[in-house]
Amino acid sequence: MSLLAVSNLAKRYHRGSKPFAAVDDLSFEINPAETLALAGPSGSGKSTIARLVLRLIEPDAGRIDFEGGDFLALSGAALRARRARLQMVFQDPLAAFNPRATVARVLDDPLRIHNIASRAERPRRIAALLERVGLDASLATRAIHEISGGQRQRVAIARAIATKPSLIVLDEAVSALDVSVRGQILELLLDLQRQERIAYLFISHDLGVISAVAHRVVILDAGRIAESGDARAVIANPQSAIGKALVDAAPRLNRNRP
Amino acid sequence: MNRLHRFFRTPEAIAGALILALLIAMALAAPLLFSGDPQAIAGPALLPPFHDWSLPLGTDRLGRDVLAELFHGARTSLAVGLAAAAAALLIGAVIGTLAGFAGGLVDEVLMRITDAFQTVPSFLLALAFVSIVGPSLGVVVAAIALGAWTGPARVARAEVLSIRERDYVAGARVIGMHPLEIAFREVLPNALPPVLALSSVIVAAAILTEAALSFLGLGDPNRVTWGGMIAEGRTVLRTAPFLSIIPGVSLVLTVLGVYLAGEGVVESTAVRRSLS
Ligand SMILES: Nc1ncnc2c1ncn2[C@@H]1O[C@H](COP(=O)(O)OP(=O)(O)OP(=O)(O)O)[C@@H](O)[C@H]1O
Ligand SMILES: [Mg+2]
Repeated sequence: MSLLAVSNLAKRYHRGSKPFAAVDDLSFEINPAETLALAGPSGSGKSTIARLVLRLIEPDAGRIDFEGGDFLALSGAALRARRARLQMVFQDPLAAFNPRATVARVLDDPLRIHNIASRAERPRRIAALLERVGLDASLATRAIHEISGGQRQRVAIARAIATKPSLIVLDEAVSALDVSVRGQILELLLDLQRQERIAYLFISHDLGVISAVAHRVVILDAGRIAESGDARAVIANPQSAIGKALVDAAPRLNRNRP
Repeated sequence: MNRLHRFFRTPEAIAGALILALLIAMALAAPLLFSGDPQAIAGPALLPPFHDWSLPLGTDRLGRDVLAELFHGARTSLAVGLAAAAAALLIGAVIGTLAGFAGGLVDEVLMRITDAFQTVPSFLLALAFVSIVGPSLGVVVAAIALGAWTGPARVARAEVLSIRERDYVAGARVIGMHPLEIAFREVLPNALPPVLALSSVIVAAAILTEAALSFLGLGDPNRVTWGGMIAEGRTVLRTAPFLSIIPGVSLVLTVLGVYLAGEGVVESTAVRRSLS
């Protein structure tokens, strides 16, 4: 059975006085330990889908099933408890943390909130999490603004895996990083997926990155699915107009194509 | 250190800080220098200032030591001013944060209550409150805070409205943090700087309101206050004007000092912000 099943999801916003659909009758599934990529031009609704799946905003219609239960039916304490299994990594790792926070506090919060470790045990757990994402445990005492962008994104990943989730939503999580750091972070994500069987909803406009990490891809156009399928197959031979346009706009890919 | 340096760059800030330091020293020294009851009779009535060096500022209509009263009055003014401002900032920050963070009906209700408090002149509010509950230090503090929290509440709400859209607040929700913890631990501390920038104006206003209440006889009767001293002196204004002038000038200087020092702090942090 699928880990996440989204069916007929819709979200409308107002542009001036006219309503328009940011997400329109959208359905897709993610299996355990699978990476599903969402690609599409700017404004096609990728971030809106991420926010809907995470219950940061509420849909106007549709259904979300997560780990076999109706995710939209949850509220209050039940929803907060469930959130342990469904995490997120943001694009801008500086904006994603309280500007006053330290690395230790950022990692302490999920452990405390979900009662994962006692107060005495938490410093050890924090050190283990930092080491798991390839950081030195001594970084714990630093303020969030005192570490590099790449280190910060690793801390964001450590925070996301602290509660042992089955699905992590990554909204342009590597877009702000420079190329060498990006490669290392993608390597870390693949490693975590192999070891902990985490599924990813991987949002990116970079088709090169998508073909490197994703199993399947969904290409969006104005809130609707333009095409979907095996990531490498779709990117090698796009059928939809928007898919072709995205592939043509990715220079590194053209060069690699036979 | 750097910030302190910047604070002391403007002469206004230095003057404000000096006045405040003097006021705090007076307030702290009052029970040491004038350990007896400042309301006890110390000499002949209506002794003018600078005549008797054991009573440097003379005595009032009942023969009480004016200097001792001045020192003890500084204590009351400062205590009431700081306590009322702290209470107003606390209430305002909490209500503004709740309104801005919760939104919807909660916001609507809290902001209508804020409107209601803001339309009533704060001095009338304080006057009514003290006349109903009765004059004591705690009641005077509450009465002043009651009319002063609306400004901080509005500023806090506006700040919270912009902060709550930031990614890190969404991040806090994603890890399952309770909304109240998000509001008060993640959002409120980051919304505080512009709220605290109001504190000097609020402290200054609170000191003036306290003086006005005491002047009308609605201060704590067991405490010497500058407002009470002015009211006392008013009855002998022609023969002994110094009895009103001395506490009056002290009051003006205090309010000025608080205001200037506060502006200096805001200025030095504003410079720091625009630099970063
Ligand atoms: N809160 C909002 N109010 C009104 N319109 C919104 C809101 N959030 C998003 N939109 C609109 O919905 C559409 C989809 O936005 P979304 O952020 O999901 O796009 P995206 O695919 O993530 O784009 P990008 O690649 O630029 O991040 C856009 O047209 C956007 O302007
Ligand atoms: Mg986006």
